[in-house]
Amino acid sequence: MTDRPATAPESGPETVRIERPVVEFLRMYVRNWAAVAGFIVFAAIVFAALFAPVILAVDPFEMVRMHFTPPGHDSYVLGTDNLGRDMLTAIVYGARATLVVGGSAAGLTIVIGLTIGSLAGYYRGWVDEVLMRITEFFQVLPPLLLAMVLVALFEPTLPTVAIAIGVVTWTGVARLARAEFMRIRELEFVKAARSIGSRDRRIIWRVILPNALPPLIVNAALTCGIAILFEAALSFLGLSDPNVMSWGKIIGDNRDYLLDAPWTVTIPGVAIFLTVLAVSLIGDGLNDAFNPRLRER
Amino acid sequence: MLLLAVVVFNFILLSLVPGDIADTLAGESGGASQEVMDDIRRTYGLDRPFHIQLATYVGKVVQGDLGTSYYFNMPVTELILGRVAPTLLLVVTALVLAILIGTLFGVIASRRPNGLFSHFVTVLALVGFAAPVFWTAFLLIVLFVAMLEIMPLSGLVDPTTPRGTFSWYLDVLHHLFLPVLSLSSIYLASYSRLARASMMDVLGSDYIRTARAKGLGETSVTYKHALRNAVIPVITIAGLQFSHIFSGAVVVETVFTWPGLGTLAFESILRGDTPTIMGILFFSAMIVIVVNLLTDLTYRLVDPRIRSARNA
Repeated sequence: MTDRPATAPESGPETVRIERPVVEFLRMYVRNWAAVAGFIVFAAIVFAALFAPVILAVDPFEMVRMHFTPPGHDSYVLGTDNLGRDMLTAIVYGARATLVVGGSAAGLTIVIGLTIGSLAGYYRGWVDEVLMRITEFFQVLPPLLLAMVLVALFEPTLPTVAIAIGVVTWTGVARLARAEFMRIRELEFVKAARSIGSRDRRIIWRVILPNALPPLIVNAALTCGIAILFEAALSFLGLSDPNVMSWGKIIGDNRDYLLDAPWTVTIPGVAIFLTVLAVSLIGDGLNDAFNPRLRER
Repeated sequence: MLLLAVVVFNFILLSLVPGDIADTLAGESGGASQEVMDDIRRTYGLDRPFHIQLATYVGKVVQGDLGTSYYFNMPVTELILGRVAPTLLLVVTALVLAILIGTLFGVIASRRPNGLFSHFVTVLALVGFAAPVFWTAFLLIVLFVAMLEIMPLSGLVDPTTPRGTFSWYLDVLHHLFLPVLSLSSIYLASYSRLARASMMDVLGSDYIRTARAKGLGETSVTYKHALRNAVIPVITIAGLQFSHIFSGAVVVETVFTWPGLGTLAFESILRGDTPTIMGILFFSAMIVIVVNLLTDLTYRLVDPRIRSARNA
């Protein structure tokens, strides 16, 4: 909002003041307090993940005290787990695995989904037919089960987990991208682009894609949330890298002691919950900012 | 066609695994001679070329034979059929509950779009999406098992209860409560938001204005006229998401050691029991396809327009 004085003089006295789209977008976003809160929480989690070694220069796997020290005891704010490892350190370091795997899996989901969806929606005909059969194929297989099989088949490393999640979750993005491309390819400006002889590749990337972006960006936030939940579920089940601390892994390691030391299970869950909540609040905020008219309903 | 693709895909995928049954068995018994290993491979048909193995497997699947489990040493089909009832009980109960309560919440919220309950539905939807299902399950365990001590921790039924009696069924219901609550929590949240949005859409349409104009009471308008249309998107999404609910069941079953397909799938993956994994993947794909067909049939039940269009 501080940009307003800078942009205002540029517009002539009689014209309606038109803000740059980015500024207007930001203004709409900032008005939604829940979305701002989501952004702040998410930024804090990213900050903790980035600077984990600076904040807490301890190995998250190191056993520092008696196992199951309750939270708040002896400067161990969140207590210790079944092996006497500090929970706070585990949570801060766990954020790294969760964000890296969740983020790259979501990226992969979007790349696969967008490629398949845009090709199917743009070319239609037999291309659409083939690609949609493939999409259907992935839709009838339970996604988590397939991801579990994939991780178990190959080595349980972070890249494998990210790829497995990407491979099983892209169908939603593909369907959305396909619908958008089908709608936009019939619009006038696409016909105009074709009439001046633009090639397919240019029409897909430079003409249609920018116009299809808003719903896809909103969906990307959702995709991120889903990817984080998948990562948590896989590492909870022990189907992730055993040498990397992650939130799901802490819960999985301590699940047998739930009734004796409930904090070892509930606290990492809060971390997962807050992260996904923050991401979906950001998604809601983006949705409202892209479609200002929806808000007034 | 789709099922055939699933079978072939599973087979190719699981053939990529390094090591086979002979290695596993040899490892478990502390080493075996080359002859014994060859013998095991011959028993399971693993010495034959890949495409023959694939064709044999597909041919058997068509006849309902999913192979023999390496671990249990019994037919996979039998194994799966023995485990399918608890899973269906869990999944179907959770789904029906989520649809019913979700729709009800949505309808109530739609009557006052800016009321307190409407905001509650919005928050519920966010919370339900963000909470990992195993965490919800553990929180419920802490509350109902540890603090209130009114629910059993795990399993399908107390083994001391005589099977088949009325109290046995009651005990199953008792054990079912927490798993169903955990599993349905995710979907209840999203269905109530969806039902609210679609109710608000429908309530603004012309035929609702007509119904009101001819003097029908608000209850009749909401529940008889609007609800029928508003529930269609919920059913559509529920049908589409069925494979996800099945995924959720895998996690919930492992948390509550519920003796269903999910637990079997998880344990088989850890044991490297390839025929069982392939069988479960195939079987769950089949269930998803059947459910999609059922969803189509439900439309006809709910929406008379679709019925007449098909009959015409």
